Amino acid sequence: MSETGEFLQVSIWREQDGNGHFESFQVPRRDNQTILDVVAWVQQQADPTLSYRFACRVGMCGSCAMMVNGAPRWTCRTHVQKVADDNRLEIAPLRNLPVIKDLAVDMDPFFDKWVAAEAVFEPSQTRDDPMPPINPQDPMRIAASDAIECINCAVCYAACDVVAANPDYLGPAALNRAWSLVNDSRDDGQDARLKAVSGGGGCHNCHVQQGCARYCPNELNPTLSISGLKRATAKSLLGWGQ
Amino acid sequence: MIRPHRTHALWYAFILHRVSGIVLALFLPLHFYMLSLALTDPAQLDGFLVFADLLIVKCAEFALVFLLAVHMFGGLRLMALEFLPWSPRQKTFAASAVALAFLISTSFFLQAM
Repeated sequence: MSETGEFLQVSIWREQDGNGHFESFQVPRRDNQTILDVVAWVQQQADPTLSYRFACRVGMCGSCAMMVNGAPRWTCRTHVQKVADDNRLEIAPLRNLPVIKDLAVDMDPFFDKWVAAEAVFEPSQTRDDPMPPINPQDPMRIAASDAIECINCAVCYAACDVVAANPDYLGPAALNRAWSLVNDSRDDGQDARLKAVSGGGGCHNCHVQQGCARYCPNELNPTLSISGLKRATAKSLLGWGQ
Repeated sequence: MIRPHRTHALWYAFILHRVSGIVLALFLPLHFYMLSLALTDPAQLDGFLVFADLLIVKCAEFALVFLLAVHMFGGLRLMALEFLPWSPRQKTFAASAVALAFLISTSFFLQAM
């Protein structure tokens, strides 16, 4: 990375014990600089008390998502040149989740909803049974595989206005995971799952704004998954099977 | 101001569908009330029909027909999205709903002039 001689005007959300405000920093602009690089520079060079979360720095772990200029992004793979507005950046904690400190949010509500959506694999066989054959060309397996690469970054959760309006809504990530399991022939938890995703905070709350699909860094489409769950729950209600 | 995370085509399609639905919900009771005047007060209805010939009212009717059509096509788009196999052409469908609504409302306006 080389210095460009320019500086970024960076506003970073600082919050502790429920009191928050934006604080401004000047950060040297470099070529090929990511948002996580900017946050790390501030923490290492300007203010070591800045709290944020990251782990792998290569887009695998889903730890470093933040709001960047008002939109949710995975910061380790988001280049400054893609999102900077005239060398200005506004970096805030993920929307729709409680802030622990500064840019670090409490992910518990997000993962609690995965459990509430029964988005957990329920094996239909034991380790003593023979391995069931899985045909990768089977349409249900293709649907399961299309939804399976979620890295739990909560970008979709932060992009969703329904989550903001209805705290009980399970959210795009949990419903996307539930849809991948609905299509998993090895899973034996479908009745409980369809009941969970058709309840008060379930898939039928989705308003189809498609912000989840717009911002998913792995280019998954939770809206597709949620519409699949809507069809599956409707068929189940009508007794047409899944 | 529209917040940055909402600035994408399918959010605009969402808000257009919602706003058109609200406007139509407000319009329909007035519409049925005016129709009822044919039975209860024909003279008042005739007076309204003269008023409805004004250019500004025709322009408002153009907007009304646009909202009606865009709500109908937007509703068809949503039903297709939820009940038919998924298509990746969601933006095309949303744009088509607006284009068809504009075609119908413009045809109505030219006919009314």
